[in-house]
Amino acid sequence: MINNSKNKKNNRPCRSMLYIPGDSPGMIQNAPVFGADSILLDLEDAIAASEKDAARKMVRSFLRSFDFGDLIVTVRINGADTEYFKKDLMDIVPCRPDAVRLPKCSSPEDVISADSLISEIELESGIPVGCVQLHAMLETALGIENAYQIAIASPRVSALTLGGQDLTADMGVQKTRDGWELFYARSRVVLAARAAKISAFDTVWADINDPDGLFKESKQIVELGFTGKAAIHPSQIEVIHRAYRPDPKELAKSQRIVEAAKEAAREGKGVISVGGRMVDAPVAARAENLVAVASLYDYEEESPV
Amino acid sequence: MTRFAKNSLGRMVPAEVPGVGPFDPYSGPFQRINSVHGIVGASVRLRTVDRHGSKIAASLEQAIKNSGLENGMTISFHHHLRNGDAVMPMALETLKNMGYKNLTFAPSSIPDAHDCVADYIKCGLIGRLYTSGVRGRLGGLISSGEAGIPVVIRSHGGRARAIEEGQIEIDVAFLAAPTCDKLGNISGSSGPSACGSLGYAITDATYAKHVIAITDNLVDYPVARNISIPQYRVDQVVSVNSLGDPKKIATGAARITRNPVDLKIAHDTFRLMKVSGIIAPGFSFQMGVGGASLAVSVYLEEYMKKKGIVGSFGLGGISGHMSRMLEEGLFRALFDVQSFDAVVTESVSGNQNHVEIDSSWYANPFNAGCIVHNLDCVILAALDVDVNFNVNVLIGNDGVLRGASGGHCDTAAGAALSIVVLPSFRGGVCSIKDSVSNVTTPGETVDAIVTERGILINPLRQDLLALARGAGLPVVDIGDLKSRVEKLTGVPEQQERAGGEVVAVVEYRDGTLIDAVYRPER
Repeated sequence: MINNSKNKKNNRPCRSMLYIPGDSPGMIQNAPVFGADSILLDLEDAIAASEKDAARKMVRSFLRSFDFGDLIVTVRINGADTEYFKKDLMDIVPCRPDAVRLPKCSSPEDVISADSLISEIELESGIPVGCVQLHAMLETALGIENAYQIAIASPRVSALTLGGQDLTADMGVQKTRDGWELFYARSRVVLAARAAKISAFDTVWADINDPDGLFKESKQIVELGFTGKAAIHPSQIEVIHRAYRPDPKELAKSQRIVEAAKEAAREGKGVISVGGRMVDAPVAARAENLVAVASLYDYEEESPV
Repeated sequence: MTRFAKNSLGRMVPAEVPGVGPFDPYSGPFQRINSVHGIVGASVRLRTVDRHGSKIAASLEQAIKNSGLENGMTISFHHHLRNGDAVMPMALETLKNMGYKNLTFAPSSIPDAHDCVADYIKCGLIGRLYTSGVRGRLGGLISSGEAGIPVVIRSHGGRARAIEEGQIEIDVAFLAAPTCDKLGNISGSSGPSACGSLGYAITDATYAKHVIAITDNLVDYPVARNISIPQYRVDQVVSVNSLGDPKKIATGAARITRNPVDLKIAHDTFRLMKVSGIIAPGFSFQMGVGGASLAVSVYLEEYMKKKGIVGSFGLGGISGHMSRMLEEGLFRALFDVQSFDAVVTESVSGNQNHVEIDSSWYANPFNAGCIVHNLDCVILAALDVDVNFNVNVLIGNDGVLRGASGGHCDTAAGAALSIVVLPSFRGGVCSIKDSVSNVTTPGETVDAIVTERGILINPLRQDLLALARGAGLPVVDIGDLKSRVEKLTGVPEQQERAGGEVVAVVEYRDGTLIDAVYRPER
């Protein structure tokens, strides 16, 4: 768990991202209800060609008038290779969502061209340039191979996200329950994101009737180092959050490290030590982050079904 | 000119219903109950039958003739066959063809499917209506004021009380009997039209002056197992081809909802129950089969298993989920006044700790101990609520009757923790009103309302409020939530109600009038 330093809204962890079709007001109006850390209002795959305009207008008016509370709000726009791309950005960016998600990023140039268009729009609409972040969605083999270059293509890029469905298709393989076919791609995305000090979001778990499979996969991607995972149904949020819940033993250890770090700072010592053993700075930073994540959980709470 | 009185909730209710009699205004949930000790209730009419005689009547018509039913008398039915029931329409049609007029129709409730009751009102067969609820075309007819007959809506416990107190004098009870023998022993849990418990019918059979059992499963004497109603309460037996549609009588078990709003409500409801401390060994519980209520039991089941908690009893309308919890040993007994699906029917007949109870035992406040008065927690649905926690389960946003009182006010009054679950808005209308169009259950008996946008706790329950806040539950003020939701939905125009025509009265369980139903302005 890295610190999502580029996320607004008090740097809070962003473990879950709930996909909501942009043409579904009934679902958007309930977005703040389900405890997700963030939502993705989708203008791309969830929307039929005939509904693209309607969805864009819907999302635009929600962004302008609806109180999303402390939800991080991202809009997935249509790809640069579509006729909707420019219109999407022109209509959505002035409403200042926290970020737009750019699908099918395969090269740094994809980011750079979107970035300059967004900057233009920001300038024209009188909002601070750079205020709308960009999540680069990697869902082609080429995109995975270019992951780090994409991550550092613009300071606007605050997250890499893995699109598993399209990627497996591009790789000519099937998405399996165990997910080995994505192991390398996932590792690659995480490393690139960590190297660029931005967030890394994992792909969706498509079977909403298989929370056990989702939990297993979520545990895996937490262990790999992803900072969050997408959800396609509100019932998946809790499962993903459960996977991010720090182990109580590890939490206790981290709390000791955090205490020791505070003490070291108070006493002006450069070296943190716990039980006579020295603790490295990255370990201390990780412990601090873990304690912050743990604060989102009620350790008395039972795990619901 | 009808005289009105203002009851303790500030609702204007008639002091008298023409053709029915005078009513006291509601004055609090336990006021009348506390003063009832020692009064004398209804008497049971004694009658005998010939030794070694037969109770089999050749036809329903013959049985009606034998019963001595006259115009103006009261007939009763039960609604255990749900939407599969063919007995109410069959009997009403026969009565109409025999030329009867102006009967008081007093079923335990009316299944949604029975729009035909509206026609029997229009043709003059039904001259008074006592029921738990009305919906569909019947609800429309009554709300329109065109029915032109007195209508009294009672809760299940209130109906049992009214029968035992003598306000409903049943002259002839027509009892759909899924299994019956020639002397009238009836079981609800076997036969092609099996429906499980016959709880409401038991009370009718006990107090009716004459009981006609109608069966499609006349078995050799005796029905030995699971007798719901014994032969000494039954005067005649009529054999018919079918009691109705078995598929609609014994429906499949309700599925756990995937509706995310309902699941959120269910989870927060469970969390509130947990922090209240009520889920402990000996815990007793009742829930509905609505989406959110049923989903609460999923969380509850997992928690009780994990903690090794064994509850004392589950109560009520029993769902398949509850009978599974009995099988799993999570409750020591189920008290079943009404079974909701086919799985439950098997449980009634197969599990000795699944006990069929009558409606008086279930919820009548005027006896020496109904079970709702011993209930720890109940989860209830609602159409809407108001800022004083009053609950309406009868009237839709259009002002038209479309619901049933059921055991709502009985369990809310009885349970130590009564929780109403409802989405914060429905059909684009905020579920929290300044004042509900109808009070079915008084706010003073509701401890909390759980919506997907927060938990509302009755100020009367400061203890619960402190526990919920302490545990970090999403507690919000009911007025604040109302304004927040109204920002989304807008504010609907308030319907004028007082002064309009009264189309029905709503009794509280103790027999006082908690509210009246007015004809909506058109």
